[in-house]
Order: sequence, then C-alpha cells, then structure tokens
Amino acid sequence: MKGWRLPLAMLLVFAAVPLLPLGRDSGYVMLLGARIMVFATAAVSLDLILGAGGLVSFGHAAPLLLGAYAVAALDKAGVDGALPVLALALALAGIYALLTGAVALRTRGVNFIMITLAFAQMVYFATGSIPDYGGTDGYPLGERTRLFGLKVLHDGLPFYLSALVVLVASYLVCRALLATPFGRSLVALRQNEQRARAMGIDPLRVRLGAMVVASLIASLAGVLLANESDFISPAYGAWQRSAELMVMVLLGGAGSLSGAVLGAGVVVLLEEGLGRFTQHWPLIFGPVLVLAALGLRGGLAGMWARRG
Amino acid sequence: MAEVLHVEGLSKTFGALWVTREVSLTLAAGEVHAVIGPNGAGKTTLIHQISGVVLPDRGRISLRGRDITRARPEARARAGLARSFQITSVLPEFSVLENVALSVQAREGRAMRPWGRAAADREANARGMAALERMAMADRARRLAGTLSHGEKRQLELAMAIAADPVALLLDEPLAGAGPEEVPRLIELLRGMKGGAAILLVEHDMEAVFALADRITVLAEGRVIASGQPDAVRADEAVRAAYLGEDF
Amino acid sequence: MTLLLVQALNGVQLGLTLFLIAAGLTLVFGVMDFINLAHGVQYMVGAYLAVSFYDASGSFLLALVGASLATGALGLLLEALVFRRLMGRGHLDQVLATFGLILTIGELVRLIWGTSPLQLPVPRLLSGAVPLMSGMGYPVYRIMLIVVGLAVAGLMALVIGRTKIGMQLRAGASNAAMVNALGVDIHRMFRLVFGVGAMLAGFAGVLAAPLVSVEAGMSDNLLILAFVVIVVGGVGSVRGAFIAAILVGLVDTLGRSLVTALALALLPPMAAGHVGPALASMLIYLFMAAVLAVRPAGLFGVRA
Repeated sequence: MKGWRLPLAMLLVFAAVPLLPLGRDSGYVMLLGARIMVFATAAVSLDLILGAGGLVSFGHAAPLLLGAYAVAALDKAGVDGALPVLALALALAGIYALLTGAVALRTRGVNFIMITLAFAQMVYFATGSIPDYGGTDGYPLGERTRLFGLKVLHDGLPFYLSALVVLVASYLVCRALLATPFGRSLVALRQNEQRARAMGIDPLRVRLGAMVVASLIASLAGVLLANESDFISPAYGAWQRSAELMVMVLLGGAGSLSGAVLGAGVVVLLEEGLGRFTQHWPLIFGPVLVLAALGLRGGLAGMWARRG
Repeated sequence: MAEVLHVEGLSKTFGALWVTREVSLTLAAGEVHAVIGPNGAGKTTLIHQISGVVLPDRGRISLRGRDITRARPEARARAGLARSFQITSVLPEFSVLENVALSVQAREGRAMRPWGRAAADREANARGMAALERMAMADRARRLAGTLSHGEKRQLELAMAIAADPVALLLDEPLAGAGPEEVPRLIELLRGMKGGAAILLVEHDMEAVFALADRITVLAEGRVIASGQPDAVRADEAVRAAYLGEDF
Repeated sequence: MTLLLVQALNGVQLGLTLFLIAAGLTLVFGVMDFINLAHGVQYMVGAYLAVSFYDASGSFLLALVGASLATGALGLLLEALVFRRLMGRGHLDQVLATFGLILTIGELVRLIWGTSPLQLPVPRLLSGAVPLMSGMGYPVYRIMLIVVGLAVAGLMALVIGRTKIGMQLRAGASNAAMVNALGVDIHRMFRLVFGVGAMLAGFAGVLAAPLVSVEAGMSDNLLILAFVVIVVGGVGSVRGAFIAAILVGLVDTLGRSLVTALALALLPPMAAGHVGPALASMLIYLFMAAVLAVRPAGLFGVRA
C-alpha cells in the first residue's frame, strides 16, 4: 500500500463530491471540483518532468493552450467529435514538445527555465494573432466536444466524471512510466547526469521523451478547459499560467505526482475561496506562497509523508 | 592477447597548455594496464577523453576495432566501456540494487524502455546481485546509495561497472579518499576483478599499482615517458627523474 | 528612410530600458544563482511612486530621484525579509516565493493606487521634438532616455571593469565558488546587487512612465523581455545584457516592420495580414531560440 494512500484518499474525495447532499450548491461545488481536476491533470504532467526529471519548464501552459486551440480550430470547421479533437490536440502538443525540447535541452539551469518560457510566449502570441479564432479577444466555443455523439463534456456530472477519468488516467500513466526503466533513467539523470551517461543512458532521448509525454497530457487538460469555460483565449497560455502550474507542483511537493494534485486543489480553492471573501485575495495568497517557500520543505506531500 | 582498446596519437590542449600530447596506448583483453604519473600529468583528462567526457583535438580511440573517437559518453558505455569517477559518483536516491540493475539495463539498451516495471527485470536484478556479491556488498542491496559510507560507495561504483559486463573498464583513482583501513580491502576487491574486463587503472597508490598492474604507462606533462612491464618501469631513469622528490 | 531611423531610435530606447531592468537581474541570476521573478515589480513600483512624488512636489526630477531611492529601499527590504533566506535553497523555492511576491506587491499597488491607469506628464523642458529629415520629428524626451541609458551603461562598465567590487562580481559570474574563496562577504554583495538592481529597475520605471500608462500589469511583459535579454546576453554578464538589450530592442521594432513588409511583399494580402503580425510578435523569441540553439550559454555566457 506504500505510496498509494494519499492518491486513494484523494480519489475517494473526488468520487464523493457528486454524492454529497449539497442541494443548490452542488452545481457550483462540482464545477469547482472539475476545475481542480483539470488543472491537476496539467500539474501532474508538469511534475513528471519538473519533479521527477528535474527539468524546470516555465512554459507548461503552452501545450495546454494548444489543446484548447485544437478545440477552437475544429469547432470553427464544424467538427465536435472527441476523436478528431484529441488527435489534433495531441499532434500539436507532441510536435511542439519535440521541436522546442530539442532546442531547450541543449541548455541548462536558468537558461532552460527561460527558453521554455520563451517558447511558450511564442505560442501565446501566435494564438493571439489568428483572426479566425478571435485574436487576443478569444473564441467563444460553439459546440462542446462530444464522444461518439455523447455529451460527455457537458455541464454537471458528465464533465465532472470525464475530468476525473482523465486525471486518474494521467496520474496512472505518469506513475507507471516512472516505474519503467525509462522512468528510472529520467530520475537517474536528475540525480547525477554524469553517472547516468557513463552507464549508457542517453540524456537527450530520455528527457525529450518525457517532455513529449508531459506535453501530450497537458494538451488533454487544455481540451477540457476549453470545454469547461466554453471559451478559448490566449490568456490560458500567459506566462502567469505557467507559473501557476509550477506553483501547484511546488506547493504540493515536487516529484510525488499526487502532491501536484494536492497543490492544484489548494491553489484553485484558495483563489476561489479567498475570492469570495475579498477581491484582494492575492494579498493573502501571495504571502502564503512566500511562507510556503520559506518553510514548507517537500511541499504538502512532504508533510503528509512526515506525518505522525 | 586480443587488443580491446586502442588509443593512438591522442592530443588535447587547453589554451596554451598541452594536457595530452601524442599519447598512444593499448589495452589487451584481461589485463590491468596502469597509468601513473605525477600530479598534473594529464591522467584524468586522458580518462575523460577515452570515456567521451572531453573530446580530443587529435588522435584516434577505438574499442574492439570500432572507432569511438567522437562518440558521446553514453554511446561508448553501451558499446562496453565502463568507468568509475575520481570523486565517487552513484545515484544517491536509488537503492544499491537499483543502481546496479540500472547499469545492466542501460548496457543492454533497455534503459529507454517505457514499459515493464524496472524492479521486475529479473535478469538485471540477478546480474546486479551477482556483481554486488563479488564486491562483497550483497547485504547492502536494499540500502539507499546516498546513505553508504565512502568506501561502500567506491565498492558500489565498481559493482555498477562489472555488472554491465564491460569490454574495458576505466578506473580513475579507485582508492582516492578511502581511509587507510579501507585501502587493503579495496585492493583485494580490485584483484578479484582481474581476468574479467580489461582494466585501465589510474592510481596514485603505488603499492596498489604494483600489486595489480600487468603493464604500466607513465605520463608526465601530458606525454608518455615510459611504458612496459612493472619491473622495467620501476627501473627506468626517466620515470625516476619525473618522480624526483615523490615517494616511488 | 526617416521611418527606419525612428524605428531604430525607438529600438535603442526600448533596449536601454530593458538594459536598466536586466542589468541588476543578470547579476542576481549569474552571481547569486538566484531566480527572481519579482524583479519586474520594482519597475512598476518605481513608476507608481514617481506619479505620487510628482503629484506631491510638481517636480519630475524630484520624482525621479525619490522614486528610484524608494524602490532601492524596497529591494533591500525584500532582500532582508525574503531573498536572504532563500539563498542556496534551489531554484524551485525561489520561483515559488518570488511569484508570491509578484501577486502580493501587484495587489498592494492596486490597493494603494487603484485600478485605473495613471499618467506621468513629460517634463516641460523635454517636451519638444527634434526635427529629423523630411519634416518628421523625434521627441526630445526619448532622446534624453537614450542619453541617460547610455550614461548609466557607461557608469556600470566603469564600476564593473575598474573597481574591486566589479572584479568580485565578474569572478562570481564565472565561478560562484571562487567568490567564497576570495573571502568576499557574500551577504554584503547580495544586498548591494539587490539594492542597486532594484533601484535601476525603479529608475527605468520612472523614465518610462511618461511614455506608457502606469498600471498594475505594466511590468509583466517587460519582465519576460528582460529575461530574454539576460539569457541571450549570457547569464551574469552585464556587457552581454547591454548588447542583447539593444539587439532585442532593435529586433522588436525594426524586425517588426521588416517582417510585416516582407509578408506583404511575399504573400497574398489575406495571408500576409495573418502571418505578418503573428511572426512579428514572435520575433524576439525566435531570435532568442536561434541564439541559444547556436550558443546554449548565450552570447557572452561563461556557463552553459
């Protein structure tokens, strides 16, 4: 059971939310829960490269944005089938990760952080300059994506369950991947690159592979996000969104995957919850982040591991 | 004896400084070939060039007849060239067994495999355990490598090297940093490795060198000043001159 | 021709503004190995403070000096409260904390000065225009910015090239361990770099304020451009930051018109209308990717 308690506990919470007798609030709570799961999916994928692989990407909102624009592009063309939407989203995100990763992985440290940011900015500006999709104003979604005609991403329970399925699947894929020789190699490269190379592990191929997987998963979150808000805007890919994804991973505890889910929950709930009390919520959220960085080694997942 | 590693005319400068100058040497199957020389003679840079960490300006390196002069370190490792580092280098967050098992998987080209649980790779685990046993570390298999003592990390590095079943093995001062009580033990383990992979041994400890080496090459200021049987090298005037003032 | 000259001058002026922001930050990145995402807020705070100082005193010069010193003091305060405790703690904690600072200070600014954009007038003495060829003029104020920017760059070159602290900073940029070996008081150096860096960013904010509207998000994109400058120039190199800043400024202004013109010339009008602006806004980042693809450590980088 080692290492399964926290994720199972979180799964129980997510699965229980639709069953809670919340009456009129239940719609709002489910919306919030779905939002958490969408961002958690992106955060988990970022944790794969950032936490496990030590690749501090500051541009993880870019594949998310590409996923969202795949929805917009096909909606404009009158297509709302999940299969073509997913195919386009995954293709865009995969190609993006291959191209940018090949350049970014030539650099180290601060430069890697900054070049991933620069590539994400390119996507941000590119999407904002396509008049067909509303330019910087964004694109109102006509029809939500359907799976074989089924309204799986429509309001309420269907969307909630779809988000849950995507999150669980993404988590399991990342977790399983880390247990394979490929995953071991990725982690080995973070721990001691020189040693890993001397063993015969190819840093570029392993890291590029991980970046592609992370990008693919993030694009799924983008498809969900576009459907959740019925609106696609370059703002999903602004650098602040990339930073927010990093904050989720770091707050939850980098490298533990389930920590990223926890972090996404805390960030969304804090923003949303504090936002209900005061419009000046960043005055509380900001210092919380500073204090967390100063005091919370290993993130929330680290606290969980040290409990009792 | 069959030649496994062939280095010819290797040269490298850092700015105006020649760190390696027309160095040629060979390594035959099963032998221990020691490279010695005073500090700054270019021994570690030589190992770095052979293992691919540093690229030479000129010269040729081949492993079993295959030119690897410009190959990347990981490609050389997969071709059967293993090495240890002067400063101990292990994967601290992995268990001892995971360290050796990953070494096997990487050598066999399985380290990129995105399926199957790494921990369930029977062959890698078995070869890893066998290597740990030879290095007298089987009882440490479950420990995290980062928690080992310095001497144990040295042993683990050797185990990672032999687990890969390499063609040639580059050992960069395997005794460096080991305490006086650990040295005889490590020398004994190194002696146990003789007859397996060919070993190119860079070492300062002369007792170890003369206990282990079949052949000795002496470097000074980046160039080979003597090479041959241990006794002949010991008697060589140029070597004595190069080591003047040092205990030899 | 004149238009090109105006674009070039605008590019140099943008570049020098970027340099003022990046100069301190590149040292924080390179010498201290510290990721400070919150550096851009100093620029914003400088502009806001200048508006307040100007409203109170009616003097642009007083506003410039007062706001610059105040942002320098803010930098020192943040150093003492937060940054000092995050030295050597790894980039991730630094990202988390400084992003928190961006949120906090951004909201504080909104709380104090409100959400509607503010204006800082161009000082009357500098409000004219210098005539260029074919009857077009170039604002005196922008020319003053170029002169001041160059003067600050020259001063920094002197400090870094000729003084003891400059020598220590250069040594630190290429080899952080060496700074310790030299027996330098690393904490004093950290304070100095933060204080001066914050002051320069605030100074840049004041100078830019009359040209833009002073609002809460004003530093967001500039911060990213400053990052580009730092990375293209080579982390830790002030000289690299200077050259990269001018290049980035020129690429942004001249390149923008060049790409738009090229698109119009080479593509059908409809496509050109799409591709031109898209490519133009991506140009800086393409430029950065190209530089790093060839030189992973940047133009003047010592460490990859």
